[in-house]
Amino acid sequence: MADNNGKGPSGLRVIGKPFRKVDATAKCTGETKYADDIVFPRMLHAKLFRSSVPHARILSLDTSQAENYPGVKAVLTGKDLPKAYGAMPVSEDEHALAIDKVRMVGEPVAAVAAVDEDVATEALDLIKVEYELLPTITSIQSAIEHPEPRVHDHGEVGNIHRRQVYEFGDVEAGFAEADFIREDLTFYEGSTHLALEQHASVAQFSHDGKLTLYTCTQDLHYLHKALVKVLGLPASHIHVIATPNGGGFGGKCDPFQHEMAVSKLAMITGRPVKICLTREEVFYCHRGRHPALMSTKTGFKRDGSITAMHHRTILDGGAYGGLGVATGFYTGTFQTTTYQIPRFKCEAVRVFTNKAPCGPKRGNGTPQPRFAQEVQMDKIADQLGLDPAEMRKRHLVPPASLVANWVRVGSMGLGKCIDKAVEGSGWKEKFRKLPYGKGIGLACSGYMTGAQTPIYWNNMPHSGVQLKLDRGGGVTVYCGSAEIGQGSDSILAYIVAEVLGIDPFDIRVVTSDTDLTPVDLGSYSSRVTLMTGNAAIQAAERAKDLLKQAVAEKLEVPADRLVFADRRVFDAENPEKSQTFIEAVWLAETKFGTLGTVGSYKPPAGKAKFKGSGIGPSPAFSFTAAIAEVEVNPETGIVVVPRMWVAHDVGQCINPVLVMGQVEGSIYMGLGEALMEEMTYRGNRNVVHKFPSFLEYKSPTTLEMCDIVTYLIEDHDSNGPFGAKEAGQGPQLPVPPAIANAIFDAVGVRIDEVPITPDKVLKAIRDKAKGLEGRYGPTKFTYPSEMPAPIFVPTPFEGGDGKPVERQPVVAHA
Amino acid sequence: MKAVKVTKEARSEKAHIRFRVNGEPVEVAFSPHKTLLEVLREDLGLTGTKHGCELGECGCCAVLVDGRPVLSCLVLGAAMEGHEIATVEGMADGTKLHPLQAAFADLGAAQCGYCTPGMLLTAKALLERVSRPSRDQIKAALSGNICRCTGYIKIYEAVELAAAWMAGEQAEAPKESVYGRQ
Repeated sequence: MADNNGKGPSGLRVIGKPFRKVDATAKCTGETKYADDIVFPRMLHAKLFRSSVPHARILSLDTSQAENYPGVKAVLTGKDLPKAYGAMPVSEDEHALAIDKVRMVGEPVAAVAAVDEDVATEALDLIKVEYELLPTITSIQSAIEHPEPRVHDHGEVGNIHRRQVYEFGDVEAGFAEADFIREDLTFYEGSTHLALEQHASVAQFSHDGKLTLYTCTQDLHYLHKALVKVLGLPASHIHVIATPNGGGFGGKCDPFQHEMAVSKLAMITGRPVKICLTREEVFYCHRGRHPALMSTKTGFKRDGSITAMHHRTILDGGAYGGLGVATGFYTGTFQTTTYQIPRFKCEAVRVFTNKAPCGPKRGNGTPQPRFAQEVQMDKIADQLGLDPAEMRKRHLVPPASLVANWVRVGSMGLGKCIDKAVEGSGWKEKFRKLPYGKGIGLACSGYMTGAQTPIYWNNMPHSGVQLKLDRGGGVTVYCGSAEIGQGSDSILAYIVAEVLGIDPFDIRVVTSDTDLTPVDLGSYSSRVTLMTGNAAIQAAERAKDLLKQAVAEKLEVPADRLVFADRRVFDAENPEKSQTFIEAVWLAETKFGTLGTVGSYKPPAGKAKFKGSGIGPSPAFSFTAAIAEVEVNPETGIVVVPRMWVAHDVGQCINPVLVMGQVEGSIYMGLGEALMEEMTYRGNRNVVHKFPSFLEYKSPTTLEMCDIVTYLIEDHDSNGPFGAKEAGQGPQLPVPPAIANAIFDAVGVRIDEVPITPDKVLKAIRDKAKGLEGRYGPTKFTYPSEMPAPIFVPTPFEGGDGKPVERQPVVAHA
Repeated sequence: MKAVKVTKEARSEKAHIRFRVNGEPVEVAFSPHKTLLEVLREDLGLTGTKHGCELGECGCCAVLVDGRPVLSCLVLGAAMEGHEIATVEGMADGTKLHPLQAAFADLGAAQCGYCTPGMLLTAKALLERVSRPSRDQIKAALSGNICRCTGYIKIYEAVELAAAWMAGEQAEAPKESVYGRQ
């Protein structure tokens, strides 16, 4: 676990260097073809007829006029695509087009393909639907209070989709050991990804019965599986090409209705069919941050050490399951990765409401509990009169440890991160010392580098890479990963170039194509660099072995003395004895025949053996410390964040400038969630989305964005390629709590809810002036009357074996 | 992408204009309700210009009209008769990237790349007006272009680097921008 602190390990020629991304130039010249840029001759255009009501039975649906409208080539309704699907096998509750019932405003009910967009749009007006309105479920509270009418029949009970309860060690025993216990309520509002590219897809159906779908998806493999199910075609007859995503952030992970509809329309018409959603429709696709109401009860000692934590979350899931079951698990998995929590109980409840479905936005299910945890840590430090940075540092999870909930932490550079942020920000001179209205706040986080378990159960690799070496010295890398802007195509080129000693731009990268590339599970859970990277290393090492054998014969030196660098293969002891890379390829092809190798990666098995333990464990964890400086105007409540200092432990930079970009982008998204972004509805007006437009959904522009001072900490993790860990999601997590904590430092009020809008700050300031608490946030925790008994798992420290046990009266260990 | 409805009558008679696109004369006929964005993308095949919101808020569709940044989703194509349009496809000089393009590529200022064409053209107009803009001038000029990936920092740095190159300096990005602060 060497720490190179910004400098690449010696001897590396590509890894750790700021090469251009392989797709950067095309993106700067307008050459990159996104889904909506694809045009075919005779192409039709599709539009979706969407529900105007939030919850209703469909009494009748008449599309006959639309079908007969000049220029319309096909109209689909739910009965044409009757198979249910969903991102997770445990909640396949979606249909391409509504059948019998609609559950949200904006739900697709029919689809039209016509000669152009105008005709298709006009035809939508000719579709007649009669609804029988049902009472609506509008919020967490209404879902819990009203078991009827049920949004879905498959939930556990009433409008509760799922309840997950786990206890690791006896938390009551832990609370008994505490000097103090506090319970805090927090609320984290939903927000959406707002990727600039609106979802678009183009489908083609050939006369030999094969479908090709070009679509902006982050997870083409899972989409491929869903298409097989819904369309009834064999997988081998469906070809999915994920076009470069114009922003993903989790919003393009689920299989979507428009992808199913456009495919079926192509199958019916025999013509290429394109759909590009409007911005309003993208808001209906959503799958963004779940609104979360949370209760966090923590026992702690005078030195700030934690004796037990009991965290409860209620998630507003919206109208469908999606990936929400995973989101529920993630609200109770990573609290334990940063500071030692010897006993931990987590409960998650996900409810259905008549709103756009929530899903995996950046950090999926973890920014909410991290907000709760880090704001509470600040309160604990304040209560104990301790410096929040020092208090955190004193109780860090040690590297290479198995924490209470059986998640394995490998390399752990959070201490270094805290030191850097504290030093760089002048924390010691500023904390509790700035004039009224100015403040500084700290928060930290830990985040996974890839989920240990695939979304559907199987024992196959999570990532595969194939290499082709050609006689010209070129190398082609094939991998199913999906480029969403994070640089996943480039990672493959850098890693293969490093192993084979060639230039990254000698390498051609072919990705995200189910016909051409081996499966990679997709761009989610910060898994891509680690998993495709390890698969690429394996494939490249195998190719290198073939080249070595052939060159060793030719040069008459032992193969293990051969070194690959600068497009040459040479004898380490007599560097003048060498072959060019091209010569090496010729020799190897002569000796072995056509050259190609494969590599694959599957995460190491975890130690946990309880149901649900597949979610949480990861090959490696990244860590972040963030310090925010704020200026609060006590007259208006307006909060400005001029600057943040962020230190992120990325293990090893594969490319530092791309890591910087991921960290800065994460801070940006966290800033938006902290201060302004909210996906809210007019509950009393038919559950219509409050602002499904770019104009009114507020997101930070250049004028709101803060300056950032970034520190990259490289605490190598042996599970990562060259030691690398993730950078694309983790750095977002500490941003909202760091800002909330800074606001307390500035004006002495607690805002226990995001977004922290001026009205909330002002209310808290005025309350405080009146002698009240000076807090804005939830005061009531609505909870289901019945919760299942926890799955009880003794912790590793208590000698557990990772299996659940019948509840025993636990003797507090010394 | 269309969110508005147009009557059949309005579509029946095509608008016909002559203008210049990326320095070349172009003649094109299209349905008169089409925006400049649609004309560029659909009738001229210049798909480098992106659309993201349909209402002039995101900045993806920015092009230069007579050298000034304009949101092409808010301008009717029919109003472009005689004007000079610059799109991202025309920025490079043959195979040589415009300094802004090179700096954006070098610094990772294009992540997903969807806002990039609009950013590049808006920045180009800025640099033609102010050769060495301050950070605040860059922020002000780009405040109508939303980027969801980068947090804008790499974009500012790329504009500054390109400005230095265009002033003839052998500039490099600051080490701190590439490796973080030590």
